[in-house]
Amino acid sequence: MSNASSAPSHATILPNGWEMVIGLEVHVELDTKTKLFSASPNHFGDEPNTNIDPVTLGLPGALPVINRRAVELAIRLGLALNCTVQASTFHRKNYFYQDLAKAYQITQYDQPINIDGFMMLPGDVRIGIERAHLEEDTGKSTHFGGTSGRIHGSDYSLVDFNRAGVPLVEIVSRPDIRNADQARQYVSELRSILLAVGASDAKMEEGSMRCDVNVSVRKAGEPFGTRCEIKNVNSIRAVGKAIDYEARRQVDVLESGGTIRQETRHWDDSEGRTHTLRVKEDADDYRYFLEPDLVLLDPGTEWVESIRASLPVLPAARRAQLSQLTGADKESEAVYVIVERGQDDYVQLVADAGGEPARALVYVQQAFSEAGSNPAVPAKDLAGLTLLERDAKVTATQAKTILSEIVANGGGDAGAIAAAKGFEALDTSAVEAMVDAAIAAQPDAWAKYCGGEEKAMGALVGAIMKSSQGKADGKVVTALLQKKRG
Amino acid sequence: MTSEFVSVVDIVGSIREGKTTASDVLEQHLARIDKRETEIHAFNHVMAESARANAASIDADLKAGKERGPLAGVPIALKDNMCTRGVPTTCSSKILEGWKPPYDATVVTRLQQAGAVIVGKTNLDEFAMGSSTENSAFGPTRNPLDTSRVPGGSSGGSAAAVAAGFAAASLGSDTGGSIRQPAALCGVVGVKPTYGMVSRQGLVAFASSLDQIGPFTHTVADAALLMEVIGGHDPLDSTSLDQPVPSLTAVLGQGVKGMRIGRLADMPDGCEPEVLARLDAAFAALKAAGATIVDIALPSLSYCLTAYYLVAPAEASSNLARYDGVRYGLRVESADLISMYGATRAAGFGAEVKRRIMLGTYALSAGYYDAYYGKALKVRRLIANDFAAAYQSCDVILTPTSPTVAFPIGEKTSDPLTMYLCDIFTIPTNLAGHAAMSVPFGTGAHSMPVGVQILAPALGEPTMFRVAAELERAS
Amino acid sequence: MSPSSDAKTTPKITAQVVAKVAHLARLDLTEAELALMTTQLTGMLDHFGDIDKLDLSAVTPMAQPFPIKNVYREDVVVPGLDRQEVLDNAPAPQDGRFRVPPSNGSES
Repeated sequence: MSNASSAPSHATILPNGWEMVIGLEVHVELDTKTKLFSASPNHFGDEPNTNIDPVTLGLPGALPVINRRAVELAIRLGLALNCTVQASTFHRKNYFYQDLAKAYQITQYDQPINIDGFMMLPGDVRIGIERAHLEEDTGKSTHFGGTSGRIHGSDYSLVDFNRAGVPLVEIVSRPDIRNADQARQYVSELRSILLAVGASDAKMEEGSMRCDVNVSVRKAGEPFGTRCEIKNVNSIRAVGKAIDYEARRQVDVLESGGTIRQETRHWDDSEGRTHTLRVKEDADDYRYFLEPDLVLLDPGTEWVESIRASLPVLPAARRAQLSQLTGADKESEAVYVIVERGQDDYVQLVADAGGEPARALVYVQQAFSEAGSNPAVPAKDLAGLTLLERDAKVTATQAKTILSEIVANGGGDAGAIAAAKGFEALDTSAVEAMVDAAIAAQPDAWAKYCGGEEKAMGALVGAIMKSSQGKADGKVVTALLQKKRG
Repeated sequence: MTSEFVSVVDIVGSIREGKTTASDVLEQHLARIDKRETEIHAFNHVMAESARANAASIDADLKAGKERGPLAGVPIALKDNMCTRGVPTTCSSKILEGWKPPYDATVVTRLQQAGAVIVGKTNLDEFAMGSSTENSAFGPTRNPLDTSRVPGGSSGGSAAAVAAGFAAASLGSDTGGSIRQPAALCGVVGVKPTYGMVSRQGLVAFASSLDQIGPFTHTVADAALLMEVIGGHDPLDSTSLDQPVPSLTAVLGQGVKGMRIGRLADMPDGCEPEVLARLDAAFAALKAAGATIVDIALPSLSYCLTAYYLVAPAEASSNLARYDGVRYGLRVESADLISMYGATRAAGFGAEVKRRIMLGTYALSAGYYDAYYGKALKVRRLIANDFAAAYQSCDVILTPTSPTVAFPIGEKTSDPLTMYLCDIFTIPTNLAGHAAMSVPFGTGAHSMPVGVQILAPALGEPTMFRVAAELERAS
Repeated sequence: MSPSSDAKTTPKITAQVVAKVAHLARLDLTEAELALMTTQLTGMLDHFGDIDKLDLSAVTPMAQPFPIKNVYREDVVVPGLDRQEVLDNAPAPQDGRFRVPPSNGSES
């Protein structure tokens, strides 16, 4: 999963000047101990209907009381997305469904807690965030009978209310996304931010982060087209695939003279296509009104600012810092990967121990893909190795070997290992002598290379490496050949 | 004010002094239930067995020198829209017939902790929607003073239970007058507290921003005691006021000297002349006791009925949507979910409930919200502003509780609007969230009791109770 | 209250509208009930048209009596309901869950 703009783009380019317009609605489950409006456990995977209380089940007489920690996490999340945090109210969204215990969902409507934020994507692309509001989750139905376990044609359903009432934040982007790559980057970065501030574990496979994708198409410069909402997009990869499919579908419809119906569509990942779930002709009348059982939520400047002060350094800032430290591009794959893994602090430790930061970045990326945010190798050991390579005392290849050994043994003195293996890089004058010898031994290859045939260098380099028994640093050889050619 | 029945205060005192026992007191009440309940139908469910066990346990504890609380041994009835764990709570509706809640309402817990003996769940207009208890799915309750007449509603069963001596006190709920009006029609004291003073947790919601639980008693002192037990902050109710109940028993003797009593300069039509006469007598009594009468105006009063009959059904339509046959209550099995919803709710709800759900759904629906619900909320603001202005020049306001005395069963059931007019004096208080109570003050037509209503601003219970105590002395 | 001002501010309630509202409220009404409901609701709404006389343009709506704010609950688990007790009072318990007939895909 790469975020780098330098990575190859698999995103569809639409033909004939069509442009796709994407908005994302992401629901995240907050990482609280209890539910949003009642004190039952917020915990995935328990026996059905064991995390229930009168509020969860919508029993007569039950009343909601809001979870302070959920509010705090919503504010953390909002601030991390550059939102304005404001006083907010709750409304009832009224509709009937088997997993909605009260036949209304308590959500936020015209006065949500977080508004007007943004997220930056690679290439300085700014995606606006309209709102990030609090609401309660529904229960879960399992369908039985029928053929596919899906709801159409099922004989009955069984409903579990463990998930009902779990705190959600719904994050609504503005329709600023223009291709599938950006959409995937958005979701990926959002996930990183959520993990960084501790708001959610954001696991799409467990349902603690869910994406609905809104797709429309238009010719550049025209107003927005009719959009379709796509549900059942269960992975970051599926986000991209669904967008590409749907945009293409809409273009095909429009180019053959049809119109786009505003509807909700279902993404079928195994078939790689969307199909109609329900048409929004008869727009749902949710009869929103202010929730009379709750009171105004007004966190106040003091609390909000203390939360802001307690936020960790966010991924974008960490990437910038790592880039500054190592000289690597802040949108490079290495920087993204290291920050994603949480290993940027470790790279800093290696630098603090006197190590050369650029090389430290490379080593950490290579060696610690499974190590978590705290690799169990003393930073000074890695630091020592970076200096050996920097000072050309070992070649790059040799350094790689030493690194493997250091990692396998949980540490080690790079110099001692090098000596034990008989590694030493030849100094530059020795290498130069070998270069001159190779030129003399292969005059044809040298002539071709001087004539502009870059490939001819390969024969010369190969001969030098062989005769040096790997002690010549390949980069040094290449540089000398180039210098001699002029 | 005299009553043939012993007051709560006297029961508590007698038991404490060892002059009688909780069991004996209970048996007296159960005997009266045995004699007249078939005729009156105050209860949906009499809890004789558990009440006897409870009374016996209280007696044992008291004998052993253990304290059992300020209501130890007092038989109390509860309107059947308050959740009582393991005991049917039906809201007098087929849709909850036989349903046993797995938890207790906060007020129930507080009463139990105070040592009260719960004798039964009383009849009501279905889901508290009505003014006569004729909308109960299980048959009406009859006024104990004249069984051809209604006891009022929606808490008719609770009012009748006290009036008939089935319980020494009872709890009802008041959304537009459902405690005060039946109190007036049955000749007992009934209190609607300031919104938020008594927890709504476990009260089956009708209109969430209007509902409050309150006591029915024979005496004002009893009502003060009940309020002190059931009231006060509840962390389980976000709308409950963050403070303890004000001291009420202690202020009862303080009189009304120097108080300003507001009188409506512009009385609505429709009051029986005897009712107006009793109101005048009440003003005279307070004046004789040292209060001054001040004419006040509530210009928006006549619009309150409309505001109420848009706001309350709107909230109710949402509160009653949970009765869908999925998790509890009645279910009419069907081939698919939508059919199940439609058939269950059609079979489970009575006509008045359906009417209000429809009205409320309409008032909230797209395209009509601004014209109806939105406007009604603004009228609500107007009446609150009117009260605020009026209370600049007076401390309490006096009105009739009900324009008429108890009317015959069946008289007002043909046109819903006729029934709604019963609440013209009580509704404004709910809209504003203020406190109000009804005190019996003599009789009117057909020798039926007349109630006088005392209105006070939010948290004005102490002042209100002082006036009530004075009226009680004079009645 | 003239009919023309009513028509401007008070929408008419037809049987068709009533049927739509009944569906929103998931109430199966018989033909007779629908007709009676239409009559009664029309009568009520005509009566409630009295508020159309008022100038409410400068008035803020009042959804709740008092300006209470910030009532929180701490994030601590409190024991909930006993599943068996709940299911014993449910219409169709099965496998620890609530059984319902198929909804045929439509949410609501």
